[in-house]
Amino acid sequence: MRTRIIVFPGSNCDHDAMHAVRNVLGEPDTEFVWHKEDSIGQDVDLVILPGGFSYGDYLRTGAIARFSPVMKDVIRYANEGGSVLGICNGFQVLCESGLLPGVLIRNESLKFVCKEVYLNVERDDTKFTNQLSHGEVLRIPIAHGEGNFIATDEVLADIEANNQVVFRYADAEGNVTRSANPNGSSNNIAGIISKEGNVLGLMPHPERACEAILGSADGLKIFQSLQRSLITTEHFSTSAL
Amino acid sequence: MTYFVYIAIERKEAILDPQGKAIEHALGSLGFREIENTRVGKLIRLSVDAANPDEARSIAEQASGKLLANPIMESFSVIQVKTEPGLR
Repeated sequence: MRTRIIVFPGSNCDHDAMHAVRNVLGEPDTEFVWHKEDSIGQDVDLVILPGGFSYGDYLRTGAIARFSPVMKDVIRYANEGGSVLGICNGFQVLCESGLLPGVLIRNESLKFVCKEVYLNVERDDTKFTNQLSHGEVLRIPIAHGEGNFIATDEVLADIEANNQVVFRYADAEGNVTRSANPNGSSNNIAGIISKEGNVLGLMPHPERACEAILGSADGLKIFQSLQRSLITTEHFSTSAL
Repeated sequence: MTYFVYIAIERKEAILDPQGKAIEHALGSLGFREIENTRVGKLIRLSVDAANPDEARSIAEQASGKLLANPIMESFSVIQVKTEPGLR
């Protein structure tokens, strides 16, 4: 699985994503791509937009990163059906770039929230979640000040009607309640997928929950899902042949 | 020539504005009981090379629509186009 992790100035979860994919998942063909590059390269199976504070969250979260040179190629790649996973700041970049609907604003509490949350899995039929079960509860950390997902009423209705919500904040039993919502997100939305099913954005950090020693390995299932759906594309280096 | 274009960006009414809230509370404690619903936005000044003020305005509006404001949560307005910097 050829994975490319985009590094913006201010990205700070890029190495976590690298560790999760290369070392824990065991995919050696995983590399960083600096945002100044014009291209993500050839035959890429997965692009990850990592968490962090690209451009110091200036103007709006993700707003300037969205116009980094490499994003033109990421948008082309996504529009051609390529798989893109945006985590935290990556989710904010995806919304700003229009690859996902809505926008992420300041947490309702006004506080930066850094803790483990529970997510109810709403979709198990995507390439990001095929190793999960509908209704399964994941325990994954969040760490953000602006993770409050909003959209216009029409867009929100559209997201729900198209079944684009993949994860919702829930309690440990999977009940989607007001008190389980850590940031005020509309409809407890923690992660959504594009209509085409190839772009997923979520505020929680699955890459930080891939090993039991870190407190939870639930996030690994998302990467294992991708591995399972994308593994059909095999790449061999010329030296291996 | 160079025009100084001032753009005001305002969050939509439904969007939370913690800074505005904090300022409003401070004003209240200073005795400004008649002030309510304080909102904080952004003021951006662009120096635009254009043939005339209308063109400068038009370029600034394009920049606002593309990057400076997110229409989901904000609205923008060009408030002044001037040949010298500084708001009147």
